Amino acid sequence: MRVIHHPILGDLPEVRQVKIWVDGKEIAARKGEPIAAAIAANGTKIHRYTTRREEPRGVFCGIGQCTDCVMVVNGVPNVRTCITPVTEGMTVETQHGAGRGGR
Amino acid sequence: MSQVINSRGYPSQQELRNAPGYPSQERLEKGPVVAIECIEEIPCNPCEQACPQHAITIGTPITNCPHLDEDKCIGCGLCVSQCPGLAIFLIDLTHSQGSASVAFPYEYLPLPKEGQTVCAVNRAGEPVCSGTVVRVQNPKRNDRTPVVTVAVPCKYATQVRGILRSRR
Amino acid sequence: MREVDLAVVGAGPAGLTAAIEGAKRGCSTVVLDMNPHPGGQLIKQIHKFFGSREHRAGTRGIEIADTLFHEAESTGVEVMVRAEVYAIHDSTLEVAQTFGEDSPILPSKEATTSHSRSLSIVARRIVLAMGGAENALNFPGWTLPGVMGAGAAQTMINLWRVLPGERILMVGAGNVGLIVSYQLMQAGGEVVAVIEATPRIGGYGVHAAKISRAGVPILTSHTIVGASGESRVERAVIAKVDPSWRIVPGSEEELEVDTICIAVGLRPNARLASLAGCKLHYSPSLGGWVPIHNSRMETTVPRIYIAGDLSGVEEASTALEEGRLAGICAAASLSKERAGDPEEIKAIEQRLLSLRSGPFCQRRQDAKQELIGIAETQCPK
Ligand SMILES: Cc1cc2nc3c(=O)[nH]c(=O)nc-3n(C[C@H](O)[C@H](O)[C@H](O)COP(=O)(O)OP(=O)(O)OC[C@H]3O[C@@H](n4cnc5c(N)ncnc54)[C@H](O)[C@@H]3O)c2cc1C
Ligand code: SF4
Ligand code: SF4
Ligand code: FES
Repeated sequence: MRVIHHPILGDLPEVRQVKIWVDGKEIAARKGEPIAAAIAANGTKIHRYTTRREEPRGVFCGIGQCTDCVMVVNGVPNVRTCITPVTEGMTVETQHGAGRGGR
Repeated sequence: MSQVINSRGYPSQQELRNAPGYPSQERLEKGPVVAIECIEEIPCNPCEQACPQHAITIGTPITNCPHLDEDKCIGCGLCVSQCPGLAIFLIDLTHSQGSASVAFPYEYLPLPKEGQTVCAVNRAGEPVCSGTVVRVQNPKRNDRTPVVTVAVPCKYATQVRGILRSRR
Repeated sequence: MREVDLAVVGAGPAGLTAAIEGAKRGCSTVVLDMNPHPGGQLIKQIHKFFGSREHRAGTRGIEIADTLFHEAESTGVEVMVRAEVYAIHDSTLEVAQTFGEDSPILPSKEATTSHSRSLSIVARRIVLAMGGAENALNFPGWTLPGVMGAGAAQTMINLWRVLPGERILMVGAGNVGLIVSYQLMQAGGEVVAVIEATPRIGGYGVHAAKISRAGVPILTSHTIVGASGESRVERAVIAKVDPSWRIVPGSEEELEVDTICIAVGLRPNARLASLAGCKLHYSPSLGGWVPIHNSRMETTVPRIYIAGDLSGVEEASTALEEGRLAGICAAASLSKERAGDPEEIKAIEQRLLSLRSGPFCQRRQDAKQELIGIAETQCPK
């Protein structure tokens, strides 16, 4: 959920929209924000499933240190989505194990 | 070190009465004055400079508790928005016949409107009584810390410290 | 390869002040930070800072970050963002830098068209100011999506303006847990409870009072038993603990929450310092393993200085003073007279002493004294 109105930070400023594809679905992101923020704003929490036990993982540290949030981005696995900014037309897929993308 | 505030999150009446920033009952009855509810020795002092009357003193070390000179305080309320702990309240027992006013910092949205009837809450966030919003001030010098003043029955003035937030 | 007089790792309050002091004394100075925005912890601290007026307390953290960054730029400091230092050997820092559109500072002249580059910087003096790292907490279900560090949640709401969940359980009632709870409410979330395993609230009473009067229960002597849900957090079970940390049977309570934030303390982010060869000492009052340093902030490795939360988790006020001290001493050691201005150093030490008094902070003064004592025997003369 986007925080549109805020008592201290004011209203969310308008910025250019960037379109990205998450597991085949087009979503609107804000220019400059990390992938993790864009997909959280769309209500998605699961970023990947672990290799052996297929357990779901999501954002944990938010600063690029834990690797829980990695996804397959533009075909490249293990991209830390909490520190990688969105770019126009980027494809993002839920990661399975060490690298397979898709739902 | 204080006990109650450490186990439940807000100071007891007893702890406040013993604090150097809390005004006496006699002073409260004379008219507007602040209650500084900052009773631990923390390294902080913006309140000291906020008061043009020099009614608040911390001195050195910076961990001293704020001391209120209740005779110097004219109840102007300037210090309320300047405390980063949001721990200063302006109380006026002489607001009108039978009712007192309590002013507190309120950094949430939506802001209440003047004249609105609100549910006044105590330090634990529990409803105490209903109140009327007298003023909502948010000038530039408050740096985005609005100060809301509500009128409540006199007997609740030492309990009321906020209002129930309306869900957005 | 680049050569500079002073390289600072971390653009938080400690790193930026160290750089400013160095540059003021004529050192060619560069600051490296892995974040896209300079300011360290300050960039997500939207509350008015407690602390002393001399350290801009009463001002919101975000604005302190802006002021420091501009002061750094105007004194001639070069601030490189998205620049992660991954190794230090002798005088050389290995840096991996990426470029993003969102960076407030454009990459410097040598930037190539590629999206990243690696570079080596050779520095005559190094100040490490990497701040702190959040501690984790293990409990059944802790890996479920929806369990996150309080710092991650704070970054989400205040920097990226996205609320990670609507009903939140905060674990830990130190200042971070209390302040982030407050800010989650300001962003429109509901904090169902703050729980704390010890019998007392660790953070300042004024921060606890703020969320208490907003109706958030702060439950001391309570722990999290587990989190569960279908592929994400849907509920949490909490319970009372007795003085020997055992769960009181029958006290379990189920809370319907979609997010669990962990705020169980910060520790000095000492990995890089340790890789660089700095000796560490374990100090609970300072947050864990801390690089040993002397009264001039120099570590056991000659020419490497430290400051801020890395040298013991404290506050922005102390980080600013330590940064100043480290910058002055590092710059002075490059000059002919070698000592900094003794008056100036004395004044900083006085202010630090004052900040480290009182029931909350005295133990840090004691721990710092201990560290400096150890340094006497281990640091270069
Ligand atoms: C929720 C919260 C509320 C707070 N409120 C207050 C308050 O009201 N008053 C107060 O005085 N203090 C407050 N603090 C504490 C204050 O923010 C910190 O003490 C202070 O920021 C420490 O400064 P620092 O420069 O040491 O580290 P930081 O601010 O943590 O900065 C460290 C920087 O180093 C960078 N870094 C780390 N590793 C590397 C690497 N390998 N390469 C490149 N860069 C790296 C990081 O990206 C970061 O930007 C608060 C802290 C938190 C978490
Ligand atoms: S109300 Fe006015 S006079 Fe009284 S302490 Fe505050 S600033 Fe000073
Ligand atoms: S400014 Fe507020 S929190 Fe700080 S010492 Fe004064 S009353 Fe206490
Ligand atoms: S959430 Fe930890 S690396 Fe992204």
